[in-house]
Amino acid sequence: MARVVVDVMLKPEILDAQGQAVQRALPRLGFDGVVGVRQGKRFEVELDGPADEAALERVRAMAETLLANTVIEEFTVKAEV
Amino acid sequence: MAARIGVVTFPGTQDDQDALRAVARAGAQPVPLWHRDPALHAVDAVILPGGFSYGDYLRAGAIARFSPVMQAVIAGAADGLPVLGICNGFQVLCESHLLPGALLRNGGMHFVNRDVKLRVESAATRWTAHYEPGQEIVIPIKNVDGRYTAAERTLDELEAEGRVVARYLQNPNGSARDIAGIANAQGNVVGLMPHPEHAIDELTGPYPGPATDGLPFFTSILKQLVDA
Repeated sequence: MARVVVDVMLKPEILDAQGQAVQRALPRLGFDGVVGVRQGKRFEVELDGPADEAALERVRAMAETLLANTVIEEFTVKAEV
Repeated sequence: MAARIGVVTFPGTQDDQDALRAVARAGAQPVPLWHRDPALHAVDAVILPGGFSYGDYLRAGAIARFSPVMQAVIAGAADGLPVLGICNGFQVLCESHLLPGALLRNGGMHFVNRDVKLRVESAATRWTAHYEPGQEIVIPIKNVDGRYTAAERTLDELEAEGRVVARYLQNPNGSARDIAGIANAQGNVVGLMPHPEHAIDELTGPYPGPATDGLPFFTSILKQLVDA
């Protein structure tokens, strides 16, 4: 059993309305000094085998196909130890 | 024989009945299509209606794109099958890569639900032939993920090729270049964020009107199918 984590974020050039809303809320709650917030998604993919390079390649294909929309998002894949 | 226009129902679709009614009002034969059925039942055109297919899980339209019926729609679109995606249907078309770009959370984060003024920019698509280029129409929008986004290069391409189908006169959600709807290069696939199927009769259309500005989307396709 292995866990592979896929982080999906909007591309930097895409306006993140949700992150912006969170950022605007923070000073109202007394959290000063925040100059930016961007919101993304984290997927924890549980595999029945080891997280070897072949498995990571399969998870990358999953991310490319379904987990991320690469028109607007980018993703990173890493095995969790 | 009347032209057959299919309307797909996904789990979470809301506007299939209104779309079927609009098809009938235009004089075509409405054909309900089901997300798990890969057969298109000899329809001449397909409408992907509004709603929240698969609960908008993951991203709006992301799961619907892989449904059995969409495999047939994607293959058909490549062969020239006319497809109109309204609201969630537009999102499904972008996720399916039948149209470029994506629809993101509205600027300001609000669900926007009101009648909007649009300018029809292109009458050169299968779905807009009954409008005059530049015609101003009123139809409703109701969405939270309606902000059209694409790379600058893609936007330039859409403009240069006349593929911006409709623009908002007052941008309600931060959509790039006020874009409300676009077409593919062949003009058979159109995505539109506002809802023409909610503006087809005096009783239920925008008040105080004009109430039926959406109807030409449905009569346009019908005329083209009958003429063909």
